[in-house]
Amino acid sequence: MGHEHKLEIFRGLLKFKSNVSKIWGVFIVLSIVTIIEVALGIYKPAFLVEGRFLAMKYLNWIFIILTLFKAYYITWDFMHMRDETKGLRRAVVWTAVFLICYLVLIVLLEGDYIYEVYKNNHIKFNF
Amino acid sequence: METTVVETGTEGKVWGGGNRPLKASYGKMMMWFFIVSDALTFSGFLASYGFSRFKFIDSWPIADEVFTHVPFVHGNFPMYYVAFMTFILIFSSVTMVLAVDAGHQMKKIKVILYMFLTIIGGLIFVGSQAWEWKTFIKGDYGAVETNGGRILQFVDTDGNRVALADIAGESTQREAHTRSNGIWYETDEETLSTYTLDDIKAGFAANDNLLIRTQYLTEDGEKTVLSREESIAKLNSDGKLIVEGANLIRNEYGSPLFADFFFFITGFHGFHVFSGVVINIIIFFNVIIGTYERRGHYEMVEKVGLYWHFVDLVWVFVFTFFYLV
Repeated sequence: MGHEHKLEIFRGLLKFKSNVSKIWGVFIVLSIVTIIEVALGIYKPAFLVEGRFLAMKYLNWIFIILTLFKAYYITWDFMHMRDETKGLRRAVVWTAVFLICYLVLIVLLEGDYIYEVYKNNHIKFNF
Repeated sequence: METTVVETGTEGKVWGGGNRPLKASYGKMMMWFFIVSDALTFSGFLASYGFSRFKFIDSWPIADEVFTHVPFVHGNFPMYYVAFMTFILIFSSVTMVLAVDAGHQMKKIKVILYMFLTIIGGLIFVGSQAWEWKTFIKGDYGAVETNGGRILQFVDTDGNRVALADIAGESTQREAHTRSNGIWYETDEETLSTYTLDDIKAGFAANDNLLIRTQYLTEDGEKTVLSREESIAKLNSDGKLIVEGANLIRNEYGSPLFADFFFFITGFHGFHVFSGVVINIIIFFNVIIGTYERRGHYEMVEKVGLYWHFVDLVWVFVFTFFYLV
């Protein structure tokens, strides 16, 4: 069995000579992203907390996007999804992404609806 | 193998059998599909956490104020320890993928070394999580629960949290009934709080610097602090019992659901890390006794590697949704 690895990340912006050096490169990328997340989480810059997009703080959007970014590199380079065939990749990723998006959407909308009911109607928190 | 297989003349054709369109072994593919189903389980948990949080969006605890401890150090360090745990897990992912790479090159000694480091990383993580649980259960400042099941916390006029021990004077709490004290006809009762509600009420009334902080968030995302008069009225009319620490029913940090989800999600993840460590240890010994050397490939290392990276992947999401957002 051959074990060819694709050695580029960031769409070819960063090229590595060997798989080992790519692993360390990805580790550095993930560490930088985690440090940014923690720093933002501790300092919470005011302009990011005040502004909102789709009813959610900018800061939370940044956290979620950075998380998806990390998830992409863990899956693609640590789990070698980059080297699998298109069929396997889609069977795994599309299934999960579709079902999770659907679930999160309906569940969060329902949660927000219940919050509005407690807030605006005569039914109050009683349990 | 070849000699025992009957040739059908359709080899290599799409429906002829023997064709492997995904170019992955059975075991590896099934590990991937197991990971998909496990990912859906975790997203179910995280989505239901999101549901409860959206339902109580104006009174949810602020994670930064809950997880502020670092082992062996006193003080207020929000997030530092969780960030450390995240790094440990990412680093053990790196050593795992290095072990997989060494396996591809059939370098047994390197596989052993990297697997060993991965196991150590996993153990440090599980240990840290146990410590995190212990701190969370033990509690921090203590609080009063109201008749409506809401939490009242205490702050001074500068907004710093004040512990129950600093409010109450001498405790008038009675001894707990235990069977060993001769009350043989009763089962041991629930743990009693350190102070009684009356101790706290008296201490609160005596000190003019104290205010009450409710669960509700202001426009700026801070907890609402009541005025002195409102505080006294609230404590005397609504205060019901003292809460120290957190369990599945009561939670001094705020909504009991927060504690429930904390125990459930980090517990389920911690169980995954634990079982990952156990599987890693089994594979580690298989590598040492040369099983994969004889088999001619280290694919088992790759498969447990997939599982281990998945555990790391889940933690990335738990970290974001529990501690950051």
